[in-house]
Amino acid sequence: MAVEPEMTYPSLRQGLWAIFKRDLVIAFRQRSDLVNSLFFFIMVITLFPLGVGPEPEILSRIGPGVLWIAALLSTLLSVDSLFRQDYEDGSLEILLLSPQPLFIIVLGKIMAHWCITAVPLILVSPLLGVMLFLDAETIGVLIVTLLLGTPVLSMISAIGAALTVGLRKGGVLIAVIALPLYVPVLIFGTSAVEAASMSLVFSGQLAYLAALAIFSITLAPFAIAAGLRISVSG
Amino acid sequence: MFETIKLYYHKFGTPKYFYDLTSKMLPWLIGFTVVLLVPGVILGLGFAPMDEEQGHSYRIMFIHVPAASVAMSAYVMMALAGAIGLIWKMKMAEIVAKCCAPIGASFALLCLLTGSIWGKPTWGTWWVWDARLTSMLVLFFLFMGVIALNNAFESAQSAAKATALLSIVGVVNLPIIKYSVEWWNTLHQTASIKVTEGASMPAEMLTPLLMCIFGFYFLFSVLVVVASRAEVLEREQRSKWVKQLVMVE
Repeated sequence: MAVEPEMTYPSLRQGLWAIFKRDLVIAFRQRSDLVNSLFFFIMVITLFPLGVGPEPEILSRIGPGVLWIAALLSTLLSVDSLFRQDYEDGSLEILLLSPQPLFIIVLGKIMAHWCITAVPLILVSPLLGVMLFLDAETIGVLIVTLLLGTPVLSMISAIGAALTVGLRKGGVLIAVIALPLYVPVLIFGTSAVEAASMSLVFSGQLAYLAALAIFSITLAPFAIAAGLRISVSG
Repeated sequence: MFETIKLYYHKFGTPKYFYDLTSKMLPWLIGFTVVLLVPGVILGLGFAPMDEEQGHSYRIMFIHVPAASVAMSAYVMMALAGAIGLIWKMKMAEIVAKCCAPIGASFALLCLLTGSIWGKPTWGTWWVWDARLTSMLVLFFLFMGVIALNNAFESAQSAAKATALLSIVGVVNLPIIKYSVEWWNTLHQTASIKVTEGASMPAEMLTPLLMCIFGFYFLFSVLVVVASRAEVLEREQRSKWVKQLVMVE
């Protein structure tokens, strides 16, 4: 009598990696979407000198806040597509039924999304920092705050995206849901950069940002997974 | 003891019993509201001693502070009711959570309006980016987010689940938001007069304030109960007991 071979599932790490790779591949096949949120970020920042005037004193004063708010808005804008395509073609349901725990899948998707949307934004931010008359050290701190802060933004907005994926109108609703939750990240991010620009100690703000990042990366995937289950079953 | 609690928990969780029980409770809740709020407001606005620094303008505190307290508690209650609805699939908890949102938002708005009216004579402007006012504004936005999400769904069931999840996420974030805003405020020093609080307050001020706070909580409970009863009737309109109720009345 032949013994039936036991079904083996890919490990958690393999599952995470597979989802991560899949989303990156899909994103790179639609390159025009990739560039859009980056250009949105650049354009929003260009609007500020036009709106408040090109004086270096004003721009270097509001620069950190402007960069952070632009980063926050472009995260919001791009997150609507995070689950929507998978929801519409039905692959989200397959992912929900897969043997891997849903929070691992969610984590992989958000990691890919962060690499696609946040990393280009961080890479281009030194250039925009120079255009807003921030000095070199301030720009260095800005990059560190963005590296720590954008994962939190992705996690929070993904909660909004998960809850609204089943609805026809996502965009503005995600903003209304997620923006109030962005407040702590914005406060710590901008104040670290401002402290650096006044050559004050900024390690405390960075520690808070890192704490927020760890807190959201560990807990938000559970909320996002629950949100997806609600959206798909409803 | 435990059995009675369990019994009442299940009774409150069933729309019909909730309706019956609240019919008996409502006059008492309204009574407590009137007994606390009417003398509290009269004492506070008319008879409490004048504040040395702020003159008569501080008296808006008798509305402002209770509204702030109730608004924050309303959010926590909405999240708790939402969690109960999500975990034990209790219909009544979903209804109560849904009714908390607009009422809590109204109290937050009342707090913001009274705060800005108080700010005009005290700070000289209608709005100051004070830590408490700012975090109350964020709380108001959180309420609006919950309401917007609730309205976006067609089916009441998925709306209840989604808003419950959102309010749980919000309630986890609420202390982080509050302390980060306070920290932000100390960083950007603005000229602000702190309202005298707690121990430094004479009894003639404290008594009406406490009466107003408890009165506001009873007012909130009355509003939530009335709104939930209306929601129960609407959701259960096809059931026998609602039809009977409407026929008799």
